[in-house]
Amino acid sequence: MFEKTLSELAQDLRNGTVSSVELTQAFIDRINRCDSEYNAFITTTPELALQQAKAADESLAAGTGGPFTGLPIAHKDLFCTEGVKTSCGSKMLDNFKSPYDATVVAKFKAAGAVMLGKTNMDEFAMGSTNESSFYGDCKNPWDTSRVPGGSSGGSAAAVAARLTPAATGSDTGGSIRQPAAFCGITGIKPTYGRVSRYGMVAYASSLDQGGPMARSAEDCALMLNVMAGQDAMDSTSSAQPTEDYTASLNHSLQGLKIGVPKEFMSADLDSAMAAQIETAIKQLESLGATIKEVSLPNTRMSIPAYYIIAPAEASSNLSRFDGVRYGYRCEEPKDLEDLYKRTRGEGFGSEVKRRIMVGTYALCAGYYDAYYNKAQQIRRLIQQDFMRIFEEVDVIVGPTTPSPAFTIGEKVNDPVAMYMEDIFTLSLNLAGLPGMSVPCGQVNGLPVGLQLIGNYFDEARLLNVAHQYQQNTEWHTLSPVTA
Amino acid sequence: MSIDRSDVERIAHLARLELNEQDIPAYTENLSSILNLIDEMQQIDTDGVEPLAHPLDAVQRLRADEVTELNQRDKLQAVAPAVEEGLFLVPKVIE
Repeated sequence: MFEKTLSELAQDLRNGTVSSVELTQAFIDRINRCDSEYNAFITTTPELALQQAKAADESLAAGTGGPFTGLPIAHKDLFCTEGVKTSCGSKMLDNFKSPYDATVVAKFKAAGAVMLGKTNMDEFAMGSTNESSFYGDCKNPWDTSRVPGGSSGGSAAAVAARLTPAATGSDTGGSIRQPAAFCGITGIKPTYGRVSRYGMVAYASSLDQGGPMARSAEDCALMLNVMAGQDAMDSTSSAQPTEDYTASLNHSLQGLKIGVPKEFMSADLDSAMAAQIETAIKQLESLGATIKEVSLPNTRMSIPAYYIIAPAEASSNLSRFDGVRYGYRCEEPKDLEDLYKRTRGEGFGSEVKRRIMVGTYALCAGYYDAYYNKAQQIRRLIQQDFMRIFEEVDVIVGPTTPSPAFTIGEKVNDPVAMYMEDIFTLSLNLAGLPGMSVPCGQVNGLPVGLQLIGNYFDEARLLNVAHQYQQNTEWHTLSPVTA
Repeated sequence: MSIDRSDVERIAHLARLELNEQDIPAYTENLSSILNLIDEMQQIDTDGVEPLAHPLDAVQRLRADEVTELNQRDKLQAVAPAVEEGLFLVPKVIE
């Protein structure tokens, strides 16, 4: 049961070979038995899950269920869940039980999904390793001395360790794709605005995007069908019509034009990984695609541009955590300034403080043009690079990360070394483009992720390419655990 | 670009962050190396390039000017650290 995909489990529920209550109880038991090894969950919600499962079974019996009815999932702990702790991996929100549901959460509830719990993450989604979580490191199920990636590390580890068939994530600079790559699962960051950000605790509002993390492209499509769509509560959500993302999964790749950026297949990339990526590209070629080398000359510039724009937006977004309306408040403040400063000094961890300070500095009078404006100009150049390439190719393919999962503690004291690891993922967020990571090999027993990048709102095509690849390879079926 | 201790103290004050005294040297060093990384941007000629603030160049959507919010004060204040009669409590501001 734990090795089955969402699509297979949906079939079982419909056939009546398993009930949602049985399925849910099995996953709850498995989390209780195994999660001490991974620390993938911050909160589990067994009572709520069983209640939802019971309701799902009733609607399945009555024939009123939809494609998602009764399927268990987990939510990254930055999606607000009514009445359930929503910590964002921070001491600041350790006591916060959200009074409302995020749109993504509400949509899964309405679709009949069962929530198993809330997953571990880097504090306020700021990190690539899950090491900045107030709730401790999350471990990579392929090697528990290594990081699962971040910031959606708990979601990726939970899916890989078969603690849940799927989970939600969010991606501001790679936070769905990089942990998906490190943990050998499939994840998609949709186009900016495709999925509502309402109730998703904000990090960098012009970059943040929620998306699915699962074991196959088909499962991601099933989830995106639930998640996508315009939302009156998020003015940046797109009016572009949604589609049935499962409809084109079986289309042939014959005639598909794929671009491979030479800057991605460069010295930055681990050589053993490069070989795996090249094999995957050949596989796509054998399925009918044509391959062309392309250039994204400003790839390297995505790092400084991102590490201005994201912290600048974060410094503004996180000013709401002031100890007045919700969340942590310091003991016995002597005046209002002391209340603000100690609440924030005690409530935030060091990476969050660093980013708030970088952002504050960049937005200071006199520096705005040199930093924020300059970064937004580079952002335009990066977007133009992509648009030029998409005149010639349908999809861009390359590695998700420069190397496989690193060891816990390896980069924790060197933020710049950590930021360099994001080199292949940041540019998509800056341009707002959709991207996926799909398992495509292993190096020393650690998964390698193949990144697929699409034009705006081309999620269906990415999922189609990923699905066809997965129909012809078995990397996505490999499991780090015996369930 | 390198920054010193007083810069870090000033930024932390602007951001209303209290830093532990013993952490300030590490923040100074980290922030300096981050700003050095960021300064790589200056190599790129961006003269005449329009800044991109929203990936799809979208503008703020408008809606009809109608009352749509329900009064949920009690529900929303239930998670506040200190409230009294519908008001958020903070340390005394005016003597």
